[in-house]
Amino acid sequence: MDIIVPGHGSGGKLMNDLINNLIKSTLGNETIQLDDAAHLKLATDSIAFTTDSYTITPIEFTGGTIGSLAVNGTVNDLAVLGATPQYISCALILEEGLEIETLKRILVSMKEAAMKAGVAIVTGDTKVVPKGKGDRIYINTAGIGVFTNPPQRREIKPGDTIIINGSIGDHGTTIMALRNNLTFSKGLSSDCAALNHLIEDVIRYYPDAIKFMRDATRGGVASVLNEITKNAPFGAKLIEDNLPVKNEVRGVADILGIDPLYIANEGKVVIIADKSYTQGIVEIMKKHPEGKDACIIGHITNEFTGKTYIQTKIGGKRILPVLIEEQLPRIC
Amino acid sequence: MSDIKKEAAILSQYTLPQPVAIMEVCGTHTTEFFRTGVKDIFPQNLRLIDGPGCPVCVTSNDYLDTAIAIGWQHNCVITTFGDMMKVPSSYSSLAKEKSKGLQVEVVYSPMDAVDMAQKNPDKKFIFLSIGFETTAPAEAVCVLEAKKKNVKNFFLLPGNKLTVPAVKVLLDSGEVNIDGFILPGHVSAIIGKNAWDFIATDYSKPAVVAGFEDHDLIRGTLMLLDLIKENTPRVLNEYPRVVRNEGNPKALEILYSVFTKGNATWRGIGVIPESGLDLKEEYADFDAYRQFPVDVPPPKEHPGCRCGELLRGVILPTDCPLFGKACSPEHAIGPCMVSSEGPCSAYYKYGRK
Repeated sequence: MDIIVPGHGSGGKLMNDLINNLIKSTLGNETIQLDDAAHLKLATDSIAFTTDSYTITPIEFTGGTIGSLAVNGTVNDLAVLGATPQYISCALILEEGLEIETLKRILVSMKEAAMKAGVAIVTGDTKVVPKGKGDRIYINTAGIGVFTNPPQRREIKPGDTIIINGSIGDHGTTIMALRNNLTFSKGLSSDCAALNHLIEDVIRYYPDAIKFMRDATRGGVASVLNEITKNAPFGAKLIEDNLPVKNEVRGVADILGIDPLYIANEGKVVIIADKSYTQGIVEIMKKHPEGKDACIIGHITNEFTGKTYIQTKIGGKRILPVLIEEQLPRIC
Repeated sequence: MSDIKKEAAILSQYTLPQPVAIMEVCGTHTTEFFRTGVKDIFPQNLRLIDGPGCPVCVTSNDYLDTAIAIGWQHNCVITTFGDMMKVPSSYSSLAKEKSKGLQVEVVYSPMDAVDMAQKNPDKKFIFLSIGFETTAPAEAVCVLEAKKKNVKNFFLLPGNKLTVPAVKVLLDSGEVNIDGFILPGHVSAIIGKNAWDFIATDYSKPAVVAGFEDHDLIRGTLMLLDLIKENTPRVLNEYPRVVRNEGNPKALEILYSVFTKGNATWRGIGVIPESGLDLKEEYADFDAYRQFPVDVPPPKEHPGCRCGELLRGVILPTDCPLFGKACSPEHAIGPCMVSSEGPCSAYYKYGRK
């Protein structure tokens, strides 16, 4: 089996072959050749710029790979600002011993994700670290997006609604189940997806309705809402009956003793919007595959100011505190 | 209105002629009463007192001190449930020691530790066997498996405890006035509802074995309040879909084929005779206490920490002057703030409004 060796990062023939015959040929296209730097033409002088690194284990999982995760994560970071993602860079840090076949699958998934999102991968870099000095593959992606129709963010007020484009906790649960060999969790799949088309549609139809928009990655939905409510003159109330949680996710979360509201998603956006536009936003989301299960999960209130809380199925209320650290499994 | 909402309304409007205090023995109940919002709909004069049912919380400092000492002094890998990682020992914690280089691995089941030992025959693996009757059978199975597969580098540090003796001690002490008990569902699945009948026959108190879903907690509480109101000391089972009167004889048989009852030290209570589980003589090869003698400095408690009184039901978390100030999940002084089933953790996470 062909594997990554130190020579692949040496600057010599091995490295050139890897870049030309695998990386460029997989990620590039007719109009864009991947070089150390890219000359870009942008339609506006108002741009969004982001960078993110990806270090996930396992590097391939149901619903995606570290490659598609890197592309979609960077696309989503731009999209939730209201920007249209256009260009992405791709820096690979490869550990000696990584199978070339695995790398190829990851690159193919990157390319597919980029095509689906409508972004071009325009520049990159490759480094090789010795065996034991990395975790198979790390990817850094930076992205540039342009603002053509940025939403006018208005003040969040009690009565506003909290909307999400689908089920919560899918990605984090999938990864944790794989890490812990929970073989019964067969129905699980990451929600890894680019949300830029869905978000652009919502902004196009409802440019004045959106008051807040954020992708609910690490820390999950509860952490996103806690960011908004911290020191705010309002509270964020979630309705447990309305929360879209798949049975498989609920099952694994119960076994590990963790709360889906705090589990990472990689294809979910939380939007706080003016109440009068809510139904329209949900309908727009539902037209996209990434939003087919979009729904209202709560609203902004006058009570519990500065806090995020949940109304449970039986009508009780409990605070959803700021996550202190990684959730650990319980003992019994 | 759904059935559960109807029952929730009955509970929230339940009329009690005088203030009532009930104790939930189990740590998972502590958390679930908060998490489901059931505690939030309690009638005003109903008080829930937390019992000694969080296995991490009742583990005394000297147990963790010994685990850390074995890890360092005998170059062993310590394997543990995640809850134990940040629990303060007398002088440190597993998490702190790991950052200094102690080999510590979080596992989701004791069998993971056996698997690790099989895959790494050049290392010694110690599993921190804490928990009540719920987890003890699984830990016994691991020892049996290790013996069957001739795995010579897997060991247990026995720290399991039995719930019935602890509840008896609480009732005998008379320190707390408890009108009735919500009893642990998972533990009772093993030991059976009948194991709790002494609460009614010997102490004239009512009790209800309950499950962990919101409807279990509501029904269990309603059943208990009815018994209290009617002054009927009985032990009822709200959780028959899981708990039988006689429990799980097969699990008990496996448990007592490997373990034998011994004295155990409970945080805040002290030594309770016959409340712990020691490995039987024929499994001494798997007993980390016997295989890895260590020098451990005398245990010390953390000044001001009132976890002990809390676990006896004498105080609520909010009565502790450290709660939420010097002691929080980020900087825990006592185990009740660390464990996911700890009363302080539940109050800190869910109880502050």
